[in-house]
Amino acid sequence: MSLQRVAIFGATSAIAQAVARQLAAKGVRLHLVGRDPAKLEAVRADIAARGSAGVSVTLADLDETARHAALVEEAEQSLGGAMDAALIAQGTLPDQVACEHDFALAEREILTNFVAPASLATHLANRFAPRGTGRIVAISSVAGDRGRASNYVYGSAKGGLSIFLSGLRARLNATGVGVVTVKPGFVDTPMTAAFKKGLLWAAPEKIAKGIVSAMEHGGAEVYLPWFWWPIMFAIRHLPEAIFVRLKI
Amino acid sequence: MSVRSWGNYPKVEHAAVIPLAWRHEALPKVGGTMLPSGLARSYGDSCLNEGGTLLATRGLDRLIAFDRTTGVLRCEAGMTLGQILALAAPVGWFLPVVPGTSYVTVGGAIANDVHGKNHHLEGTFGAHVRRFELARSDGTRIECAPPTEPALFRATIAGLGLTGLVTWAELRLKRIDSAMFDVETTRMDDLGHFFALTEASAGYEYNVAWVDALAKGKDLGRGLFIRARHSSVAIHPMPEAGARLAMPFDLPAATLNRHSVSLFNALYRARGSRGWQHTHEPYSKYLFPLDGIAHWNRMYGKPGFVQHQSVVPRTDAPLRVRAILEAVAEAGDASFLTVLKVFGDREGAGLLSFPRPGVTLALDLPMRGAATLELLERLDAIVRDAGGAIYPAKDARMSPETFRASFPRWEELERHRDPAFSSSFWRRVTR
Ligand SMILES: Cc1cc2nc3c(=O)[nH]c(=O)nc-3n(C[C@H](O)[C@H](O)[C@H](O)COP(=O)(O)OP(=O)(O)OC[C@H]3O[C@@H](n4cnc5c(N)ncnc54)[C@H](O)[C@@H]3O)c2cc1C
Repeated sequence: MSLQRVAIFGATSAIAQAVARQLAAKGVRLHLVGRDPAKLEAVRADIAARGSAGVSVTLADLDETARHAALVEEAEQSLGGAMDAALIAQGTLPDQVACEHDFALAEREILTNFVAPASLATHLANRFAPRGTGRIVAISSVAGDRGRASNYVYGSAKGGLSIFLSGLRARLNATGVGVVTVKPGFVDTPMTAAFKKGLLWAAPEKIAKGIVSAMEHGGAEVYLPWFWWPIMFAIRHLPEAIFVRLKI
Repeated sequence: MSVRSWGNYPKVEHAAVIPLAWRHEALPKVGGTMLPSGLARSYGDSCLNEGGTLLATRGLDRLIAFDRTTGVLRCEAGMTLGQILALAAPVGWFLPVVPGTSYVTVGGAIANDVHGKNHHLEGTFGAHVRRFELARSDGTRIECAPPTEPALFRATIAGLGLTGLVTWAELRLKRIDSAMFDVETTRMDDLGHFFALTEASAGYEYNVAWVDALAKGKDLGRGLFIRARHSSVAIHPMPEAGARLAMPFDLPAATLNRHSVSLFNALYRARGSRGWQHTHEPYSKYLFPLDGIAHWNRMYGKPGFVQHQSVVPRTDAPLRVRAILEAVAEAGDASFLTVLKVFGDREGAGLLSFPRPGVTLALDLPMRGAATLELLERLDAIVRDAGGAIYPAKDARMSPETFRASFPRWEELERHRDPAFSSSFWRRVTR
């Protein structure tokens, strides 16, 4: 499918910015939603100056799920028509240890990384289903495939999102609306600036390429880069008795 | 954290490398000193800050505005020249000045006031910068342009990253009809021939010569002379740029010796012929031939290499260039990439700009410890004696005396330096 109108929720993340650039280069009209005015303006100007077919923005804190219906409506109005695809890209990387001591923190992280994306996906799905077209692409994570001691708050939120999307995909299967779960591995972004980088790390541009391709061609669960599929296959199938002893 | 410059020499540790992602955010608070870092394409220690912090600017790579009718482009300082060309060339605009690699950030190009093969026409990179914003460690942000902040503007261009962080810059691009180049290549017999060819090619936009640095005696200065112009024949679509090959690891240091380099030189020279050979090449292939091999610097192995780029006044240039080439050939050290060019009369745009009227010679030497350092010191003496200068962007070892002789106005830069900014290079040459 050749894309014409795309909305991006959580547009100031490094991956979302890379997706927006690649779409702009293909002449796609974009609507960007983000929370921080200065960051959103920096991204908007960048996309506009690249000679995009058009770019509009809405400032919003996506944790406020009550606004989601209106945001989806506004996106299509700004885009001047039905969107071909929407990217749900918002997310945070929680401080696991802090979350262990303060569940209020953990709750907020689960809201941002699971509840809010699930809410957005629902509103998009209900809009797309009667038309029988459109793709919902959401960024989950390989971290959601299994709960690890070092980041299970994030992992469980992403895992919940993956299962939610899998169910939504099944629900919409007959309608022609696509639901794609993107599971990036380690991505070299400001969110992960503090980590030591190795061979498994990928640039946001590379992940974005996979996401754009998922928007164009569909898919179900997409591991990016692809080599995470066999790695996570192995990790998912480790017996729990062994897994709990691993320091990962 | 250990960070390497392009020459892999010297090897120094940093307290931290902090990636910057948003141009409006305040500079981080750090204990020691900080230094902006682009793509570390500088060869020596001018892009390093031993024991201190590096501010990694690559995340600042957004466009801010690009007026396709006037060619004025404003972007964040971590955007690379390659990224700009990829956007601008297909719509008929080009950077007036580019160095020999496209993997250079706008901030890095400003901080070294880089030059290209068209210096005789366009001057340096800084001459095409209209304005930029400087973020200083005291929290201030200063928009610098020649009418409003003339002194700070001039100090920051070729300011070696010492006056603060350039967050964004506004550049003037030039019109092109095509992203292709018409290139003409011929064999160069000796130094005299180089000067004659330069004279005969004054009408060409881009001129440069590659020299076989192992040739001695009457062959001294032999090589290839290459001149080019932007083509006037539009060609679409654009061929893709980017690395096609990569050097996956450091080669053993012994791979590059006088025999392998001599073989390479003979093969390379064989590409040229007596008359002018005409080719039609995409800009990336003509301007950035080495960008096709990612990490080519690894061919020098673990010990790394040093580059020596000098400029000497035109009057007795033949004599001085000959003396340098003789010293290198005598030492038998294998300089693989030796490049010769005549700079035009245009003044550099910065206080400490390296380009000035004269002849510039750049050569690469594998780092072999004391012997290499002694040879380089001998080359410096020739340059100092001629009243010339050594290029900081390529330097890892010049003495404070050589630096001061090269840049007599260095104390003015010291006065504009942000007190929280410093570099390994600056501490070394101002000792
Ligand atoms: C293959 C090759 C060919 C080259 N050819 C040429 C040539 O033809 N002509 C030429 O002039 N040079 C040439 N160079 C050198 C290169 O152009 C310069 O060293 C350039 O400055 C490197 O840019 P960078 O982005 O890698 O900056 P770095 O090397 O990371 O930094 C260079 C300087 O810029 C400062 N800096 C970086 N970003 C900022 C910022 N945002 N604000 C303030 N200061 C900043 C740093 O502190 C440092 O002092 C070549 C280098 C290579 C590897």
